[in-house]
Amino acid sequence: MRLEAIENPTLARSLGLPVLALVATFMVGGFLAMLAGANPLLTFGLIVKGAVGSKFALLETLNRATPLIFTGLAVAVAFRAKLWNIGAEAQLYAGALVTILIGTKLALPGPLLIPLMGIGAMIAGGVVLLGPVLLKTRLGVDEVVTTLLFNFIMLLLISMLLEGPLKDPMGMGWPKSEAIPRNARLPRLVEGLRLHWGFGIAILSAVVVWVVQTRTTLGYEIRAVGLNAEAARFAGIPVGAVMVKTALLSGGLAALAGYSEVAGLKGNLTLDLSPGFGYTGIVVAMLALLNPLGVIVSAIFVAGIFVGADGMSRAAEVPTYIADILLACALLFMVLAILLTKFRVRKG
Amino acid sequence: MSEIVDILISASFWAAVLRIASPLIFATMGELICERAGVLNLGIEGIMVIGAFAGWIAVYAGLPLWGGVAVAMLSGMFFGLIHAVLTVPFGLSQHVVGIGITLLATSSAYYAYRLSLPEVSSPPRIEPFQPIDIPGLSDLPFVGPALFSQTPLTYFAFFTVLVVALVLYRTPLGLALRAVGENPSAVEAQGLSVTALRMGAVIVGSGLMAVGGAFLTISAFSSFFFEMVNGRGWICIALVVFGAWSPSRALLGALLFAAFDALQVRLQQTSYGTLVPYQVFLMIPYILSILALILMSRRANVPAALMTPYNRGER
Amino acid sequence: MTSETAAQGDPVLRLSGITKRFGALVANDGISFDLARGEVIALLGENGAGKTTLMNILFGHYSADAGSVEVFGQTLPPGQPGAALKAGVGMVHQHFTLADNMSVMDNILLGTEPLWRLGLGRRAARARVAALSRDFGLEVDPDETIAALSVGERQRVEILKALYRDAKILILDEPTAVLTPQETNALFLTLRKAVALGLSVIFISHKLHEVMAISSRVLVLRHGRLAGSVVAAETDRQKLAELMVGAEITPPAPSKATPGAPLLVLDRVATEPQGQRPGLHDVSLSLRAGQITGLAGVSGNGQGALADLLSGLALPTEGSLEIVGERVTGWSPRAAIAAGIGRIPEDRHRTGTIADFTLTENAILETYAQAPASRRGWMDWRAARERAEDIIAQYDVRCPGPQTRIRLLSGGNMQKLILGRVLQGNPRVIIANQPVRGLDIGAVTYVQNQLIKARDAGAAVLLISEDLDEILTLSDVIHVISEGRLSRGFPRGTMKPADLGQWMAGQGFDHAA
Repeated sequence: MRLEAIENPTLARSLGLPVLALVATFMVGGFLAMLAGANPLLTFGLIVKGAVGSKFALLETLNRATPLIFTGLAVAVAFRAKLWNIGAEAQLYAGALVTILIGTKLALPGPLLIPLMGIGAMIAGGVVLLGPVLLKTRLGVDEVVTTLLFNFIMLLLISMLLEGPLKDPMGMGWPKSEAIPRNARLPRLVEGLRLHWGFGIAILSAVVVWVVQTRTTLGYEIRAVGLNAEAARFAGIPVGAVMVKTALLSGGLAALAGYSEVAGLKGNLTLDLSPGFGYTGIVVAMLALLNPLGVIVSAIFVAGIFVGADGMSRAAEVPTYIADILLACALLFMVLAILLTKFRVRKG
Repeated sequence: MSEIVDILISASFWAAVLRIASPLIFATMGELICERAGVLNLGIEGIMVIGAFAGWIAVYAGLPLWGGVAVAMLSGMFFGLIHAVLTVPFGLSQHVVGIGITLLATSSAYYAYRLSLPEVSSPPRIEPFQPIDIPGLSDLPFVGPALFSQTPLTYFAFFTVLVVALVLYRTPLGLALRAVGENPSAVEAQGLSVTALRMGAVIVGSGLMAVGGAFLTISAFSSFFFEMVNGRGWICIALVVFGAWSPSRALLGALLFAAFDALQVRLQQTSYGTLVPYQVFLMIPYILSILALILMSRRANVPAALMTPYNRGER
Repeated sequence: MTSETAAQGDPVLRLSGITKRFGALVANDGISFDLARGEVIALLGENGAGKTTLMNILFGHYSADAGSVEVFGQTLPPGQPGAALKAGVGMVHQHFTLADNMSVMDNILLGTEPLWRLGLGRRAARARVAALSRDFGLEVDPDETIAALSVGERQRVEILKALYRDAKILILDEPTAVLTPQETNALFLTLRKAVALGLSVIFISHKLHEVMAISSRVLVLRHGRLAGSVVAAETDRQKLAELMVGAEITPPAPSKATPGAPLLVLDRVATEPQGQRPGLHDVSLSLRAGQITGLAGVSGNGQGALADLLSGLALPTEGSLEIVGERVTGWSPRAAIAAGIGRIPEDRHRTGTIADFTLTENAILETYAQAPASRRGWMDWRAARERAEDIIAQYDVRCPGPQTRIRLLSGGNMQKLILGRVLQGNPRVIIANQPVRGLDIGAVTYVQNQLIKARDAGAAVLLISEDLDEILTLSDVIHVISEGRLSRGFPRGTMKPADLGQWMAGQGFDHAA
């Protein structure tokens, strides 16, 4: 078989194939539910109900979507420049760590701490990604493996700190940090509703990233480097510097996920702060076709599946891991669907 | 220092090195085959997880141990097939697909585990491979207990390296595989199928990765735990680079790496263990992997067509 | 449908009614011809005439929509790569199909043995390769890795590959494009030996004098159709050229140059080698205003290093680079552009443009960071678009509009956009690296005339080309580059192709440089 470029894909093709990818994903899901002895339609019904069936469920979904918007943006920004940042998990924890350090060690008023923690977190996340990126631009070390390995190193570092200097003396032996003061927490978005300002910052970040990508020279540079680094270098675009800026932006966004989880939701730092938000960010970004505004939608969709699957598994005998399988399938089907909107398969 | 020397001269330490190296050897050889053919397989981590699970559950269900190995291999080849289809004829991003395969294989293993054992709080144990003494050799002082009293899978791992090296450098198939990773149009021009060679390499390589995973459950630990692979797959990718895409040097890398790993476990029990938090020891493998990548970055012999999809007739 | 029967005996190869469409484009339209034993036919045609598609069909890379291929009376199964090889057809591709990190021997052996067996049989093969080398005059060390070979040697390996497989029909796609005139003569000698031994040859080219020299029959392809078939002895270059392009062609004839002051001067410059590409050694060069300086040489002899240096991608390790009398320090692509150097890169797809960017985005690739394309880091897309529209109108870029992705454009239109991008900046110096390679004749003439126009307007032009004819036609002064060394400049009309060929082969450098 051979792939042949389609010059002007029809609207039906451009929209139909991604929809088909989602349909295929849910067919796999239905099959998995049947394996578990459950009715597929009932299972999906329970997932939808668990995700958006009540005000509580919906808010829970939006809460879960918040860190995913950040990590999704982090991945989307990096992948645009063909910077394969698979280390959003490590950058998230770096952000959370600095949030805790500033929030618990600096005796400052809350309104000052809130922005300070955010800025500190972003710098930390950027710095964590800077290492692998400099290794890539200076020595040609593949950043996929280094960012992945950093995830493990960072988690061990956090574990060490939580059992050592950062350990909460009141924690009854659990490895967790002290909590940041009440007045340094992110306030509720709407009084009385369990949704914090982290969500608002996430939406704002998506808009900012979108503006940067489409309206600024940096955005132009990032896209040029990602599409063809050799041509970009020839044209005078400082490829190394663009990579570094991209890394700082991407790492900073991932770190905001940690900041928002700590300052908005949990208050303290534990080793289970992130159930793989960094990795899920890749799925979020790919489903959004790396579009920053699309990330908002896809993060809510992905969060809905997770929250819904939690609710569903309490009612039906289907393990929650069905959510992870669905997302992995969605990712693979979607990249294939996107390819087929641009190319048709021809025999010989 | 004397504590380190004591560790290094004990036969049990070297026996452990071979044991720790075994899963890495399988998976590294698997990744090496894929990359020599020009395909980066980031599915490795997940494929090791599915191999660990599939081999273990097969044995738990009553299959013989070697049956477990075969089931693990098949499970790996299945996910390898998906990776191969998406990255070779469709030429999709090997990075994105690889991560997708890891997510898919890992979650499939966890889902299947929950499905097959819904009730248990801790996983049941199976009777794993037992060490076999090689007659004559295992009686040698020091060397015997260190090298020749291992489980069959460890011997098999070393045998695999031999086979991979032999095929790569001494057969027409190996010649074609090396060429397809260097310049696929050279292979196409000589009437061979780039697609078939690359897909075959990814599928077989993935099978080996899964056997590496299965080693953990049916030779080393006798049970399946979540997160038991714990980044070993990523480490193997670093080992392939460290070994400059040569089987013998990758084997050396795996052994060196396993030696450091075995050493850090033992150092935790010495006076160093009380001085330094255990997490520092656990970080060593990951830090070593990054150092290996940095060290080899200038000298690396990377296959020229690695990560470059091939579309027929296009030049 | 046009058809042509072979001169004598049963044909060894017969193509009947080959038709291939890509979407709306008909790449091959009912092409039929025969090839006889011991015959050399030339397949002549412009870029885009359908030569490559036809060969891809013959080799099973594509399957034809209609028509058939017969080798020794047997019809080849369509779309099966390898079938033609097995039937005895060997192809030497324009872009060599060799694995660079493997030895000559391994490249020859690749795919010749069943995959599933132990051992490579190198010893027996070695004797055969030695015999073939001797018989056909193809000298090459079988144990050397490909990376260490010169272009000419690599081509010999390609021919050996085919001969080792017992090819009875040899197809050579633009084989002389990368050779010195002397190497071309050696190749022709090899081909004549092959024909004497009963092989048949198809020689694909667009160089008329070579076609006349080697072939007995010339088939001309135009717009996917067989436009004519003539006996080489009974035709001349002008007739062939007309058949090829369908009209009389007038090559550009630049008026006499009036050279001005040196604008860019290299003084005893050396650069680092890059991988397999040689660096420069002790290169001195002066590009003068109002003059086209031609750089002749076999590909891979330092042209890339010189182009990279002048484009701002590389720094000299020794010697100095002066622009209008000022010694250059902080050197980069951006500095080069700012210094008034216009750069037309060798590879318009990989370095000249970004395929998935629109024409607008490509038009501002070198100027996006300054007004009017952007201000204080903010893009002004309207201004960018106007600039693209200017270039499209002024340089005759045929396209649906400025918002089209550039990958959909033909090579000629892509090159016109690059040309427009460069010339709009009114450069003092123009570095044109292979500016017309792969273009059809209309685009070639357009680009060459624009370079002459820029010269007449006072720019210093450096023309780098592997096509000696192009160099001889356009250059006011010619330098030859070989293994990173540069010859002195030869004024127009003082050197014959054969003399330049000697310099290209590295002779004359010893003390003269």
